[in-house]
Amino acid sequence: MSINSGDTAWLLISTALVMLMTPALALFYGGMVRRKNVLSTIMMSFAIIALVSILWVVYGYTLSFGPDKGGVIGGLDWLGLMGVGQEPSSVYAKTVPHLAFMMFQATFAIITVALITGAVVERIKFGALLIFSALWLTLVYCPVAHWVWGSGGWLGKLDALDFAGGTVVHVNAGISALALTLVLGPRKGFKERIPMEPNNIPMVVLGAALLWFGWFGFNAGSAVTAGGLASSAFVVTNTAGASAAFTWMILGWIHRRPSVLGAATGAIVGLAAITPAAGFVQPWVGIPIGAIAAMLSYYVMTWRSKANKIDESLDVFACHGVGGTWGVIATGIFATGAVNGVKGLIDDNWLQVPIQMTAIVVIVAFAFSITWLLAKLVDVTVGLRVTKEEETVGLDISQHGERAYGGLLR
Amino acid sequence: MKKIEAIIREERLDAVRIALEGQSYFGMTVSEVSGRGRQKGLTLQWRVGEYCVNFLPKIKIEVVVLDEDVPKVLNAITTNARTGEERGDGKIFIIPVEGAVRVRTGEMGENAI
Repeated sequence: MSINSGDTAWLLISTALVMLMTPALALFYGGMVRRKNVLSTIMMSFAIIALVSILWVVYGYTLSFGPDKGGVIGGLDWLGLMGVGQEPSSVYAKTVPHLAFMMFQATFAIITVALITGAVVERIKFGALLIFSALWLTLVYCPVAHWVWGSGGWLGKLDALDFAGGTVVHVNAGISALALTLVLGPRKGFKERIPMEPNNIPMVVLGAALLWFGWFGFNAGSAVTAGGLASSAFVVTNTAGASAAFTWMILGWIHRRPSVLGAATGAIVGLAAITPAAGFVQPWVGIPIGAIAAMLSYYVMTWRSKANKIDESLDVFACHGVGGTWGVIATGIFATGAVNGVKGLIDDNWLQVPIQMTAIVVIVAFAFSITWLLAKLVDVTVGLRVTKEEETVGLDISQHGERAYGGLLR
Repeated sequence: MKKIEAIIREERLDAVRIALEGQSYFGMTVSEVSGRGRQKGLTLQWRVGEYCVNFLPKIKIEVVVLDEDVPKVLNAITTNARTGEERGDGKIFIIPVEGAVRVRTGEMGENAI
């Protein structure tokens, strides 16, 4: 098949849109921490853009998408992008240059690693985070991406549906965030319920809005063509984000006030939930998928907050783990043949939901256990945590020697 | 000379400033401060649920006045900073001042204020 310029243009734009999501995540997370840790939180995402971009072209892409080895991992044939050129791949996105598809996938790997950082802000040692991130990309992201999206990957062959990353990105990052937090432990003052005030909520909202914007590339770009399917995914994405933002706002209002932080969070949860379903369900389905995602995530977050046992600081699991899991199951429920030729429960395919759940269970078990081991490994070698003094002073000064809001005059 | 240090509600600043101007005190230092009195903390919304911050934002006005002006300045501040709420209107402290210098001219004492 030859290159289609419309498809290529859309994929290149989508790639740029998804790339923007990681700096957006930096703002989203950065605004929620205390002012002494805002730069450190932003830097985690920003450094991961640089780190994963390099690892991806060196070996990440070929491990994930290279010629299949037994359904579990890609071969090293495309090491250093050898053989990945301007012509389309013979198996992926056959109407766009292989390089464009490779780069599109790079932006997914970047944001998935960056998502995890929300769980460990305000106390993880910067160097340890970088080592963990490189290991996690290699030993968790690449295999899981291959299983689901790689040609010959075993979950893909099982017909597990994941349009744009419900399992690979959201369930994967959500459960891994939980495992990493359990090894790292809570922030100082967490158990005593010392108030930890977000330093800049407008920045959180800007981050959430840019994530929403980038998500059009994430989901509609995952059609890897510029036609009806991309348009359908585009509409359902916006609908689900809106539905979840609105639902979260109402839930907050019932309990007290419609908080801005809550509405921004709701949007992200809805967008995470629609990700696996975006190219398989009809546009109206965004409404129930978003609303239910917001409710599930809201109550999981409430439970975590009341129990006060696990300091999964910015609720990566409650947002992405829970939203993503619901989205993957919902894909099995709402997939409609008319959209993309794949049928779910509402089209009388009773098998799809169990298949979706299998993919979730496998990925949760794998990602949780490997992440836990990797975290332990980094902890006993270089140490995961900053010292008590460094934590008290804040990571901006102690890790980076900078402060976010300098100067005597405001 | 006395320094009047008044901690008041943010929204009463303009009324108090105008009242001080009415007593011919145009010079003052204003800062944003955090603190607490009987009002204790402030409950804010997190993504879910609420959390309490222990200190509230307030405004601190510092103005140095002549001894004989103290009663009328105190009166101007209290009448304009009071809201009728049960708590949270603030406090005023009166502190003796040893001396004062106008930087531009080097004038000393009461002439400097």
